[in-house]
Amino acid sequence: MEKVRILEIKESVFADNDRQADQLRARLKEKGVFLMNLMSSPGSGKTTTLKKTIEALKNDFRIGVMEADIDSDVDALAIAETGAKAIQLHTGGMCHLDAKMTEQGIEGLGIEDVDLAILENVGNLVCPAEFDTGASKNVMILSVPEGHDKPLKYPLMFEVCDAVLINKIDVLPYFDFDMELVKKYIHQRNPKAEIFPVSAKTGEGIEAWTTWLKKQVADWKS
Amino acid sequence: MHELGVTFHIMDHLEKVAEENKVTHIRKVTLELGEVSTVIESYLQNCWTWAAQKRPLFNESELVVETLPAVTYCEDCQKTYPTVEHGRICPHCGSEHTYLLQGNEFNIKEIEVE
Repeated sequence: MEKVRILEIKESVFADNDRQADQLRARLKEKGVFLMNLMSSPGSGKTTTLKKTIEALKNDFRIGVMEADIDSDVDALAIAETGAKAIQLHTGGMCHLDAKMTEQGIEGLGIEDVDLAILENVGNLVCPAEFDTGASKNVMILSVPEGHDKPLKYPLMFEVCDAVLINKIDVLPYFDFDMELVKKYIHQRNPKAEIFPVSAKTGEGIEAWTTWLKKQVADWKS
Repeated sequence: MHELGVTFHIMDHLEKVAEENKVTHIRKVTLELGEVSTVIESYLQNCWTWAAQKRPLFNESELVVETLPAVTYCEDCQKTYPTVEHGRICPHCGSEHTYLLQGNEFNIKEIEVE
């Protein structure tokens, strides 16, 4: 007769990934590598914002970028133009990156060769929020055309982020986007979130953002 | 939205558990899913059925999903209320200072094995 038994697991589905993420974070801390996980919807201006960020910080840090895409290398080519090291991570259809894939990406960049590693996550406000990548800080971009109600619709994403960039402020006159209301909604979800209104196109607000990021990297390395 | 991804995560994890416990086949997997988690049960069941055919350990296995109700706590009046019905604003005192007490869980509760 077959022997059937019950095994109690009692563990979060995300527990394995959380453990791997904590291990990666500890390893990066030891090596003095700051990992920024950048998340947003498709089309919010992640790549353009990154190019501006790299230009501002490339004399301070050795920067490496991991571009996560389901299947293409257009973003990695755009980043490579800035002179930063860029590699492409293909998620093979998956809607997010997990800690294990991120660690492989870090190996690809060379853990000894970067001070600031930036992970450009898959454009999606749901799935990446659930999976800790091992990042030192989580950052997201919300662009003006997406609307000020997004923190209500994607609460988890806004809860896990240390900083929120409000991008494309150059088009504010053309949209019914309420800057004060979006700040209120974000702080309802996450009172500690830093908010930076920017325009990656005109460069407005980029200095305040990169000054904050520079301090985070310096604090992490000290 | 990422049901296939989490299905693989669950199976990867349970394959390790099976190896550690010398399990040859999993008959039933019970999950606890919060009412306001980001996973849709019917999609998860479809993904499970598909992925279970590809992994011998899970062939013909049954997926049972138990729902955990979502409950929100109000910091101002210190009462709780059902999240799905009332959302973020406290129905007792109208406060916005509320947070989710439970309801976004996604746990593997237990497995029935041979």
